[in-house]
Amino acid sequence: MSVNDKIVADLVANDVNFVTTVPCKQLAGVIDKIEESDDIYHIPANKEDEGMGLCAGAYMGGKRPAIIMQNTAIGVTVNTLVTLTQYYRMPLPMLISYRGELGEPVACQVEMAVHTKALLAQLNIPTYHFHHEDDVQELDKILKYTFMCNKPVAILTDASFWKGY
Amino acid sequence: MIRSDVLKELMPIISDQLVVCNIGLPSQELHLMDDQPSNFYMLGTMGLSSSIGLGLALAQKEKVISIDGDGSVLTNFGTLPTIANNVADNFILLIIDNGSYGSTGDQPTYAGKKTSLTAVAKACGCENVIECSAEETAKVVQEALDGDKMTIIVSKCESGNIKVPVITMDPVVIRDRFMKTVAERNA
Repeated sequence: MSVNDKIVADLVANDVNFVTTVPCKQLAGVIDKIEESDDIYHIPANKEDEGMGLCAGAYMGGKRPAIIMQNTAIGVTVNTLVTLTQYYRMPLPMLISYRGELGEPVACQVEMAVHTKALLAQLNIPTYHFHHEDDVQELDKILKYTFMCNKPVAILTDASFWKGY
Repeated sequence: MIRSDVLKELMPIISDQLVVCNIGLPSQELHLMDDQPSNFYMLGTMGLSSSIGLGLALAQKEKVISIDGDGSVLTNFGTLPTIANNVADNFILLIIDNGSYGSTGDQPTYAGKKTSLTAVAKACGCENVIECSAEETAKVVQEALDGDKMTIIVSKCESGNIKVPVITMDPVVIRDRFMKTVAERNA
């Protein structure tokens, strides 16, 4: 099973049925699979904080949401994570492409990469880092953990995990 | 009529509906006039009332009214294309457009100048966009509730505020009672 198929299979197995996405080159394959899935309502967002609003509403309507986005979005969404997702205690798995790590060709991406883990730590967001392809085996447990504790949880996926940029 | 007058006239119509209400004075006014477990008050996060409402409408069957403001829609402009392209016929977006950032001291917004939110919503692909006066708003909202079509209402009213207390209810309580109401009505 490909990594993209495995991610979507784990989302579906955990009843994650409402996924909002803002694209990244590294995430293109998984976003395609989300779009193809009959079990997931895929709603592309124009900005990640908007996507988190959609997820909050869907959660209150009985769905299990997730967001797929780039790590640059951490800079965009701090206020939403703090005053909506965390303040109202809502679960939100965040599958994040960790741009600016080893293998990154675009220098500017490093500028946000150096802040990514520090920001997540500052926000008390449980954070997992997928570096080797096998790390994806933890996704199922991370999803269960997220919906157990009603928190936003970050899964950083770097270029080594995706086998290149 | 100012926003609180519009809300007052809406009370008998929306009291029993699922309402997602914008941050600041709109939520405080709604909370003061008619607190209901079917109201979701935003205590923070400017701009996301329409996004939360759309997500909720797409997730379940009951009708959802998002009460938003012109300033908030300007903050989250990307919401309008998302709404247009993900039609939920149980969703009503009510933009109370007083041409100002009411909660922060009535600073003028661009919606009160050259920018028409009605025209923007239409340009974004929203198919059922109604601009009305403050006085007509209750009637237009009732008609939207009676119909089964996603509706964007831009209610043009005057700028101005009444004095209202802040909401001290815990956010988790607001969310929990709201979710229980949503679940009961979908049972």
